[in-house]
Amino acid sequence: MIPSEKEWTDALIARHGPALHRRFSSAKVAVCGLGGLGSNIAVSLARAGVGKLLLMDFDRVDITNLHRQQYKANQIGRYKTEALAENLREIAPYTEIQPVTAKITEENLAALLQDADIVCEAFDGAESKAMLVNGVLEQLPRCFLVAASGMAGMDTPNNIKTRKIMNRFYLCGDEVSDAADTIGLVAPRVMLCAAHQAHTVLRILAGEYDV
Amino acid sequence: MVKVNGTELALAGKTVAEYLATTNYDPKRIAVERNGDIVFKSQYAVTVLKDGDSLEIVSFVGGG
Repeated sequence: MIPSEKEWTDALIARHGPALHRRFSSAKVAVCGLGGLGSNIAVSLARAGVGKLLLMDFDRVDITNLHRQQYKANQIGRYKTEALAENLREIAPYTEIQPVTAKITEENLAALLQDADIVCEAFDGAESKAMLVNGVLEQLPRCFLVAASGMAGMDTPNNIKTRKIMNRFYLCGDEVSDAADTIGLVAPRVMLCAAHQAHTVLRILAGEYDV
Repeated sequence: MVKVNGTELALAGKTVAEYLATTNYDPKRIAVERNGDIVFKSQYAVTVLKDGDSLEIVSFVGGG
């Protein structure tokens, strides 16, 4: 039995208070890349009551994703946008989800992301990350950006952190652990970085701009 | 002196691109902030560093 929208909203207000809930529920956040970072960011933000989520990825769920990403075995082969939208509707049925199955480029990012209050960079490749970060900061002057770099491997969780690089640009991660130099990505350490990103989004929405 | 990621370097008069060419940074993997603003990638070659400038270079690694 799924609760009504009023029951859902009342429960969130009971947790977060009306002022914070209003800020969260009126926000539009774009999650670019729906892997270990993006799928976990989206789950956190949907649970917290963020009003609208843009989910962007061009790829499909693969068996090698399931050790860290928020998909299920029976979703292998589906577009990540569609699979995650389905999972989020089960988790937080009243969050508005806009799945966009497309590859984000320097040329199309302004059009795809122009309505977002905050963009989460959650790509896998270093060059894609740099492309999105430069693109958002150059082309979307009012948009906040929360990016990630360095969360692979078995190093200590304690050096995953958030830095404010400039006014509207935050960077999460240890900034050094490259997936190519390690055993790859391990669920909790990626989730930790995703949690840094998601919490930074909520803090920005709450008007807390320092780290 | 120009502060680059917290270290003071004698770079006044050099462009961002000239400085980057002396480093190991991969230009495809970085974002450059100068005095609180993003340096557009198209401006690296014409952005001349001045004494007192503060530069932050973010170099991305893979994984996500």
